[in-house]
Amino acid sequence: MNIPLPDLAPAATELFLLAAACAVLLIDLFVRDERRWITQVLTQLVLLGCAVILLATANPGTSFTFSVMFIDDPLADALKLMIIVAVSVLLVYSRRYLADRGMYRGEFFTLTLFSVLGMMVMVSANHFITLYLGLELLSLSLYAMIALQRDSAVATEAAMKYFILGALASGMLLYGMSMVYGATGTLQIGDIASMIGRNEGNRTVLVFGLVFIVAGLGFKLGVVPFHMWVPDVYHGAPTAVTLLISSAPKIAAFAFFVRILGEALGGLVADWRSMLVVMAVLSLALGNIAAIAQTNLKRMLAYSSISHMGFLLLGLLAGNAFGFAAAMFYVAAYVLMNLGTFGMILLLARSGFEADQLDDYRGLSRRAPWQAFLMLLLMFSMAGLPPMVGFYAKLTVLSAVVDIGLVWLAVFAVMMSLIGAFYYLRIVKLMYFDEPVDTAPFTATADARVLMTVNGLAVLALGLMPQPLMAWCLMAIQRSM
Amino acid sequence: MIPLLSLAIWVPIASAILVLATGSDRNAGLARILALAGAFAGFAVTLPLWFGFDAQQPGLQFVEFLPWVPAFNVNYHLGIDGISLLLILLNSFTTVLVVIAGWKVIDNRVAQYMAAFLFLSGLMNGVFCAMDALLFYFFFEATLIPMFIVIGIWGGPNRVYASVKFFLYTLMGSLLMLVALIYLFLLSDGSFALSEWYRLPIAFEAQVLIFIAFFLAFAVKIPMWPVHTWLPDAHVEAPTGGSVVLAAIMLKLGGYGFLRFSLPIVPDASQALAGVVIALSLVAVVYIGLVALVQTDMKKLIAYSSIAHMGFVTLGLFLFNALGIEGAIVQMVSHGFISAAMFLCVGVLYDRMHSRAIADYGGVANTMPVFAAFFMLFAMANAGLPGTSGFVGEFMVIMAAIQVSFWYAFLAGTTLIFGAAYTLWMYRRVMFGDVANAAVAGLKDLSGREALVLGLLAVAVLGMGLWPMPFTEVLHTSVNELVAHVGQSKLPAR
Repeated sequence: MNIPLPDLAPAATELFLLAAACAVLLIDLFVRDERRWITQVLTQLVLLGCAVILLATANPGTSFTFSVMFIDDPLADALKLMIIVAVSVLLVYSRRYLADRGMYRGEFFTLTLFSVLGMMVMVSANHFITLYLGLELLSLSLYAMIALQRDSAVATEAAMKYFILGALASGMLLYGMSMVYGATGTLQIGDIASMIGRNEGNRTVLVFGLVFIVAGLGFKLGVVPFHMWVPDVYHGAPTAVTLLISSAPKIAAFAFFVRILGEALGGLVADWRSMLVVMAVLSLALGNIAAIAQTNLKRMLAYSSISHMGFLLLGLLAGNAFGFAAAMFYVAAYVLMNLGTFGMILLLARSGFEADQLDDYRGLSRRAPWQAFLMLLLMFSMAGLPPMVGFYAKLTVLSAVVDIGLVWLAVFAVMMSLIGAFYYLRIVKLMYFDEPVDTAPFTATADARVLMTVNGLAVLALGLMPQPLMAWCLMAIQRSM
Repeated sequence: MIPLLSLAIWVPIASAILVLATGSDRNAGLARILALAGAFAGFAVTLPLWFGFDAQQPGLQFVEFLPWVPAFNVNYHLGIDGISLLLILLNSFTTVLVVIAGWKVIDNRVAQYMAAFLFLSGLMNGVFCAMDALLFYFFFEATLIPMFIVIGIWGGPNRVYASVKFFLYTLMGSLLMLVALIYLFLLSDGSFALSEWYRLPIAFEAQVLIFIAFFLAFAVKIPMWPVHTWLPDAHVEAPTGGSVVLAAIMLKLGGYGFLRFSLPIVPDASQALAGVVIALSLVAVVYIGLVALVQTDMKKLIAYSSIAHMGFVTLGLFLFNALGIEGAIVQMVSHGFISAAMFLCVGVLYDRMHSRAIADYGGVANTMPVFAAFFMLFAMANAGLPGTSGFVGEFMVIMAAIQVSFWYAFLAGTTLIFGAAYTLWMYRRVMFGDVANAAVAGLKDLSGREALVLGLLAVAVLGMGLWPMPFTEVLHTSVNELVAHVGQSKLPAR
């Protein structure tokens, strides 16, 4: 029997990453502790290599491989590029933080690379099993990374919570997928879509499965009522890992939504829209209101991320190309802002000092005027004020919602973002209006400082000139759907 | 052709960045000089607008058009008519005064203080000449950030409360407006162009909802009773410069918004709901006038007086005749001069005594005769004395009101009594009588810098009061066009 070798070109990036991650794992065994920077440089080179291969093999069309289980389209390319950039930036931010806490070890880097691989597989999945495999690879890497600080009780607790709830969510997702399989007899995304398009398959079973799928996705995205893990995990995990959890996986989760709900189950939009509306309303309300009561910045940002994911849902629930493009713009903007904000916590942290209490930011404008200014840009961007990118992000998703006639939802969302503005303003107030209590000088490394400057100014620049990113998102969605 | 409007926006902003670059207070002197140069340059680029403006020509002038965000069909579309022209000039002029007034008084984070006002100046010029709704909103909301910082850093003891209240209150209004803008964007098949929206037929129910959204944004900003409560807090806590810009320009963003958005885009709803707006305006004139009477804090008194004067503006706008709208605009400009002058006068006293309480003063005229003369002029202008700019606008609005209803005019006319009462009573308690205490006895009269600032404003107040022709002349064409437009129903043909 002659088994043809599958076409490997569409998956070139993933294959390279897999091989390179294994290589880094092996090389790291021979690297002594004081030379650990070699591992980090190698990791960055691997990510750079991924980006190069990705750009070199990018084409405007769509190609499939591995028995149509794997798809390479402009959407996948765009999202993978975002993931690579985000992870690469976070590695720069977290270097000193990890070194100060004895976490600057090979495991961190290899696990990071495997999580990136998981995200890439998710983004490129054209089959429910591929999606699930990518998701599990991502999740397992993250569970281990949260618990990397073995002696820390909060970190271990966070890892347990994340693991148990994550496993539950995976179970729900699988159950929902099995229902879809039962109704349609296939797990192929394109086949499911055409079955639903022809009105074949048992509708009741499909919708039953859909409920479980949406619940599982809700868990992964961290939206109410499946948000319980978010504050504890964000708070408990080492900040570098929190940054990883809160940035790139959101992009992968966005791809998840687009592939499952948009492409496979697009015909059931009327059914899943109402579920997303409920989740969006609850997330916007709870995220913004609960964030006010927090005194820990990481917890506050956890609730803020719940509300941001609520905004993301606004774009997704529109269920059309415009809405998905809006959501993609939103997720890109959010990841950029999030990298900056958590990056600032990492930069301010010192040995034995986490810089995660709100009070640690008192008088920052006196200690580190430039960093305080960048943080001000980030906070106003999160609050959605012009001239920052957060404004256009909100505008796009609100337009998507108004476009499908849900004006009340847009009004509700802006009122909630008004509440949200309060706790972002509080950070600005602490930094600018209060006198410093902590007078330790700002000692971040030069590379991290430069990158933070680029990051903060990018938030402003994309707010002034959102066209390139917006057109890119629109192009990626239109060519792929 | 030189893009004058872009210069009016970006020259102050570029100078602000330059001023910020001077860094810490070690270079405070340089920051001051750069800021003054920037403010002057910002004013200088607006002067050609005045001389090059053709008052007879209808429509927009000095138009600039560039695609900005094609994905959303947002354009960098600038243009001015007579209404914008006056407000742009007022804004750029006030910025110069604020920089001079803060010269010595501010000795903490000088560069940031000066830069904040230059940013504000550029952004507000942007509001006044944006002809694309999203561009307008972009500038409109961006102004909140520097003002929040100004009140929060250089403000009084309760500054955090005041700055957050200011920010959230105004944000609330403008966020609802954002939804209305998105709705109109989709209704007009993807356009943010104001000219497009002026032609767009809109059903009555939708008009009412849009009107309410716009109304909340602008009524909070101007501010109207009962959403005015942020203003006294903000004024009392803000540093003098902040109060000046807030009263002289920022409040006008609300009035300008009514003119650019509410009236022409939803004329039917505006007509239908005019009664409500007029009632609220008259409450502001009468009730807030009485509230001002009992204030013990000078800044609070002027803040309430501002609200009462803005009641005149909204009253004039919603009378739907040319005289009323012109009167309202003249009143906005005149209030820009007078309130700036009043807040600067209080600032002069505060810098010396560190108190704004009326009770701490008395007999200041004995020790500061020159200041007393200036303050007298501005107090009279605030009370609407003929010959000062304060009279012109109020008189026009009352004339317009009497054409509509005697009672509107009657209630509006009470301001001439209340305004005189609270302003002059405060003046008497602060300036006349015996020297109240040793601190007052030791007061020094105006410095050259202070006299210069107040002198410039005195010229403006008297000039506009004695010869208002040039100001009303540039308005005629624009206002007539607006009134004609508002008179036509935009309900879709059935």
